[in-house]
Amino acid sequence: MLRVNGLTKQFGGLTALCGVGFVAQPGQILALIGPNGAGKTTVFNLITGVLQADQGEILLANKRIDGLRTFEVAALGISRTFQHLELFTTLSVAENVMVGAWPRNRASFLRCLFRRPGMMKKDQELYNKALGLLAQVGLKGKADWPAKSLTFGQQRLLEIARALAGEPQVLLLDEPAAGLNHAESADLAAFLRSLAERGLTLILVEHDMDTVMGVADQIVVLNFGTVIAGGSPSEVQQDPEVIAAYLGKEDDEVC
Amino acid sequence: MASAKSRYWIALILVVVCVPLFVKSNYVLSILIVIGLYAIIVQGLGLLMGYAGQVSFGQAAFYGLGAYTAAILATKCDWPPVLCVLVAPFLPALVALIIGRPILRLREHYLVLATLGFGILAFAAFNESIALTGGPSGLTGIPYLSIGPLVLDNDRSYYYVVWGVLGLVILAVANLTGSPIGRAFKAIHASEQAAQSAGIDTALLKLQAFVFSAFLAGLAGGLYAFWVTFVGPSPFGFTASIEFVLMAVVGGLGTLWGPVLGSAIIVGLAEFLRWGVPILLPKVGGEFEIVFFGIIFVLIMLLRPQGILAPGRPSGMSGVAVKEEKCSG
Repeated sequence: MLRVNGLTKQFGGLTALCGVGFVAQPGQILALIGPNGAGKTTVFNLITGVLQADQGEILLANKRIDGLRTFEVAALGISRTFQHLELFTTLSVAENVMVGAWPRNRASFLRCLFRRPGMMKKDQELYNKALGLLAQVGLKGKADWPAKSLTFGQQRLLEIARALAGEPQVLLLDEPAAGLNHAESADLAAFLRSLAERGLTLILVEHDMDTVMGVADQIVVLNFGTVIAGGSPSEVQQDPEVIAAYLGKEDDEVC
Repeated sequence: MASAKSRYWIALILVVVCVPLFVKSNYVLSILIVIGLYAIIVQGLGLLMGYAGQVSFGQAAFYGLGAYTAAILATKCDWPPVLCVLVAPFLPALVALIIGRPILRLREHYLVLATLGFGILAFAAFNESIALTGGPSGLTGIPYLSIGPLVLDNDRSYYYVVWGVLGLVILAVANLTGSPIGRAFKAIHASEQAAQSAGIDTALLKLQAFVFSAFLAGLAGGLYAFWVTFVGPSPFGFTASIEFVLMAVVGGLGTLWGPVLGSAIIVGLAEFLRWGVPILLPKVGGEFEIVFFGIIFVLIMLLRPQGILAPGRPSGMSGVAVKEEKCSG
């Protein structure tokens, strides 16, 4: 369970977030939505320790994690994907996933220098595990391809596979459906659903309303850095403030 | 496949072993020793630049620290030479550990300036700590390296020592780059943000590469001290640091043999220009060597910026620059 309380972040004089709070439960998909600049990605950056909050607290399983550095947050079981893809382009598809497994498979500089026995065997096991994850996102056949040779949609899936390799409790997805076609989005939604059913806590930032309404258990709506509404997709869809701020006129197709 | 790989290694080892059988000139042997010493340093620097994506213009200082440590332990503490060579690299490694944390937090030009400043500071210390280092006149009376009754007082035997150590260093670097750590380094190079989000302590890994590069420079320094049996400050100045960076870049970053080739090219070129320029242009002074040196490097950077052995597009230094731009944007 990931709990965020009273999160406030200012950049100079600009208040990016003001008192944002929500609770994400295991087995559930929570969607953060809001217009551009509402502070959605800032929330991710605060949770993952890329930025530090001015006020507020972040708790993973009731333990404070704000103030920790990015790699420490990841080691505790929070993985993420990026809105602007951040793949390891010089590595192969499988190697990207293998790096993602680092929190559970840390390597030591000295042990690698002297190539301790068993090290490469363990690495082979890691490769096989990566193949398993790639099979789940439909990229098994491309395991040994360079990561940069994948299509945009496949690169998004690879980011998810890499994030899953760390065996996280919480998965943060920053616009996972961006750039995907309709069929790909539907596949992605089904896959995210299956991850939640395995007990993972999912938080996603998403613009594609079809995906959000179809997949989310709970929606938190941000506008100008504050939470203006929260609840189930149907509750949020009927909230007049949300309609005014974000979803547009009543006859808009998504409503 | 494994047999092809081992055949390739055996062939290389045979070449290295057989070279002194055909080379009778001590001059050529001494050049080969220098190439071997520099290749040890550049292996570490190449790892730092090509894998960890950090540039150090202070490697000559670590080289000097290793040489002075070995020389002082041998002359003032009467330690056995082999022990001195083995212990000497730990001092530069320790210094790198201490200065590494603040320095590696810097990026781009600031990192270059900080390591350069450290190099200049160390050079001044070698010159000024007269009681310890002998100042500009250096330390004399360093014994030859000896292993039991075997005294390595000639270039032929020392060639085997240096290239033997280089072989072990290459093996260690190959282990490292082909391991999960090497993969983690490549990941950091490609996207530091994503590497951190994958749980990698990127600052720690960069520090480890920096300390390792200082250790290797110190190892070469200790070997150097027992070869020339005299240590003065002049080989450990700012120019040497720049040359090491050039060797790493020219040979090709991120390649196993680039450091050896880069060292051979720069050392060979310097020697060639030393006697070649006076033949071509009899009336000019030694500074024209530098001009030719400069022209050749500008050409290499223009025609093959990724270095000679690295395939495809430039990685390494220019790769760092591209990545930093992306981060600040």
